[in-house]
Amino acid sequence: MSAFAALLARDLRLATRAGGGALLALAFFAAVAALVPFGIGSEPRLLARVGGGVLWIAAVLAVLLALDRLFQADYEDGSLDLLALSPLPLEAIAAAKMAAHWLTTGLPLSILSPVLALLFNLPPRGYLALVLSLLIGTPAVSAIGAVAAALTLSIRRGGLILPLLVLPLLAPVVIFGAGAVLAAIDGLANGAIWLLAAFSVASVVLAPFVTAAALRLNTSE
Amino acid sequence: MFGYANPKRFMELSGAVLLWLAAATAVLLALGLYLSFAAPPDYQQGDTVRIMFVHVPAAWVAMMAYGFMALASLIGLVNRHPLADIAAKEAAPLGALFTALALITGSLWGRPMWGTYWVWDGRLTSFLLLLFLYLGYIALWNAIESETRAARAAAILALVGVVNLPIIEFSVQWWSTLHQGESIVRAGGPLIASVFLWPLFLMAAGYTLLFFTLLIVRMRTEILERRARALALNASP
Repeated sequence: MSAFAALLARDLRLATRAGGGALLALAFFAAVAALVPFGIGSEPRLLARVGGGVLWIAAVLAVLLALDRLFQADYEDGSLDLLALSPLPLEAIAAAKMAAHWLTTGLPLSILSPVLALLFNLPPRGYLALVLSLLIGTPAVSAIGAVAAALTLSIRRGGLILPLLVLPLLAPVVIFGAGAVLAAIDGLANGAIWLLAAFSVASVVLAPFVTAAALRLNTSE
Repeated sequence: MFGYANPKRFMELSGAVLLWLAAATAVLLALGLYLSFAAPPDYQQGDTVRIMFVHVPAAWVAMMAYGFMALASLIGLVNRHPLADIAAKEAAPLGALFTALALITGSLWGRPMWGTYWVWDGRLTSFLLLLFLYLGYIALWNAIESETRAARAAAILALVGVVNLPIIEFSVQWWSTLHQGESIVRAGGPLIASVFLWPLFLMAAGYTLLFFTLLIVRMRTEILERRARALALNASP
């Protein structure tokens, strides 16, 4: 097994076993989505309109929730230094960790989203766009989040500052993601999903390099 | 250029320039403010057009400050130069201030003109994100204890955030919702009468010099602070 696959398998195992928190992110996603109708009222037409956007926000928050442990545990017990010394380039290590993070948060979230959309009375035309946009967009959230997680590595309560760092960078994902769902519901030409795909590809490709640069400054000293 | 980046040379040079820079800032701002009030009321906007003279330059300087911060970050990251790190660090709170000023004056103008303090228009939203970028940058600097590590991490963040600058610049063309498009720097010359153009340019020059005056004061303070800290460390047994 290649070093990349081994690292990916290790992180997947860590995330899915006890204390890994992959299921907690899913529960958090459902809890945020369930809380919204209490806040804005349960009028079905309103919920159908805002459902896509609410699920998108809940998904981004849930993905962010799991981010502060992405490198933190390895950093604290010294495994990150060992990983940095391994022949695998730091960029590949960052990419493997991003992939593991997405596979345990973004992917299950996207699969669960139609069930929650049911609670929001999402019109049938919106379902495909919702799942597709989440599948396309959440890798970007994992990628940009990984950059922020690497930057805040040496901070003790890094989880508090992380949302502030990623909020401006993630705005396009939420705008285009939720926009894609609305466009599908209204039966409009769906340009948003292409822009989302472009943004996602760009961030997934560039993020490992930025993340590796940020990791390097935290491991070299 | 890097010859002047030596902190000692910088202190000498900036000390000599600072007073002149401050004086030029004061003259430009005074002249700009005088012309702002001397200009006739606009035929559509009435007296609220005067808000433009404090709003537009603030927005320009806010974006310029981010560009400056990103450039200093790049130099700090590539050349490992402490003075560039200090310049980037000290530009951030000023940039955040100008961003907030642009947002506040803009919404004060928007209330009588658009009938609302805020809309989620492309330009306004991307400018709000600029404020969050600044705040995140400042927060990251403050959160990391090691000075060099904080400088590098913040520099990476600043460079990632540069993507927002073109979005702000072109937002009025891409979304064209409520915020008006370019009327000054455009092909075919400005769309604004010169009685309004002059105070605008004077204020813009004044704001820019104000930014650099305050930046130099902040950088000098930071250098002296670091020097004092180093002295205190050496003095303690």
